[in-house]
Amino acid sequence: MRPALALLLRDLRLALRAGGGAGLGLAFFLTCVLLMPLGIGPDLAMLSRIAPGLLWVAALLAALLSLDRLFQADLEDGTLEVLAVSALPLEAVAAVKALAHWLTTGLPLVLAAPVLGLTLGLPAQAQPWLVASLAAGTPALSFIGAVGAGLTVGVRRGGLLLSVMVLPLYLPSLIFGARTVALAAQELDPARAFLLLGAITVLSLGIGPFAAAAALRINLR
Amino acid sequence: MGLVVEDLVLSRGGRRVIAGLSLALAEGEALILRGPNGAGKSTLLRGIAGLTPPDSGRVLLTVDGRPAEIGEHLAWAGHLDAVKPQLTVAENLGFWAGFEGADPAAAMAALGLGAIADRPAASCSAGQRRRLGLARLMLARRALWLLDEPTVSLDAASVARVTAMVADHLARGGMAVVATHVELDLPRARRLGLTPAAGAGGAADPFLAGDYA
Repeated sequence: MRPALALLLRDLRLALRAGGGAGLGLAFFLTCVLLMPLGIGPDLAMLSRIAPGLLWVAALLAALLSLDRLFQADLEDGTLEVLAVSALPLEAVAAVKALAHWLTTGLPLVLAAPVLGLTLGLPAQAQPWLVASLAAGTPALSFIGAVGAGLTVGVRRGGLLLSVMVLPLYLPSLIFGARTVALAAQELDPARAFLLLGAITVLSLGIGPFAAAAALRINLR
Repeated sequence: MGLVVEDLVLSRGGRRVIAGLSLALAEGEALILRGPNGAGKSTLLRGIAGLTPPDSGRVLLTVDGRPAEIGEHLAWAGHLDAVKPQLTVAENLGFWAGFEGADPAAAMAALGLGAIADRPAASCSAGQRRRLGLARLMLARRALWLLDEPTVSLDAASVARVTAMVADHLARGGMAVVATHVELDLPRARRLGLTPAAGAGGAADPFLAGDYA
């Protein structure tokens, strides 16, 4: 536990330092969502109808933004090599780094979402479901993203390749996440979509670290 | 405690670099790898560490007569320093100390890093960063040290410090495999000369060797 905690704290500290990228995802999320009313026009009925999908697409893109540096900085300065031969299994390294990514990009989105939901005129009964769906769904974005980041870690300017690879894998989370909020907005029961969203997250938490570690091992050869 | 390498065959980028190498290392022994660039010194170190999986052969570490997981007894210093430029010298070493559950003070002193402790690693010289990278070895008492050209960009005084550090490690019953181009003052160390001609048996991949049939 101790090495994992040390790694988590270091990653959080690095994210908060200059150029670390914490807050970048949140700033992108806010800008992206607040641009929409300007582009679409101030039709509140329409905005509230498209708000669930809009917020979820913005969350997806915000999570992608800092993903390409997840393992790359550690590979470039040799840290990943040292971690790979340390007592901490590479699977745990991948899991800790994905968790740090979620804490610095996913969690701020969850906290900021109610304000944006209000801005877009999301019905009040859908607000708690928006927060719940993002809280349950965004960890999957970090853990699925870690697999893509592990595969593209050795590629120069791998960010674009990473986006193309990872976005299709985000589809289930997007569908059930947006569906949860949309059903709640229509005063229908969102529980089933929400449970499926949670199932995808649980699955990615289980598989993601192992797939990411396997990809990293290949890149470290 | 001992390290045994049996008939190790290693390839890098599809080319066979180490062809059937065997060696044994006991407690308190060091092995110095010498040889020109491209002879396979780094590849051999990576093979022993398990970073590069062998084509055939095996690496066996025994502790108290029983085979042991090599990752739990290994300290690795590759040609990159594993130093974060955004963090200060003390923060960098502090992270690895927390990771290993050790006290960074002794390592800090052994490599003379106290005076630059509060300096961001980004503004350190290459030699200072190298010392910071090597200080990591002192944190956890690992049995086997694998060092890939540890003296690069170090001044004479620092080379002596690092040599003393390795000698102290050996005196405590540790083992070390060191790839180096400069003479290290380790009188009892064994030497292994690697040559590209003896090591490289051509392409490991039959396709690259032109065997298309």
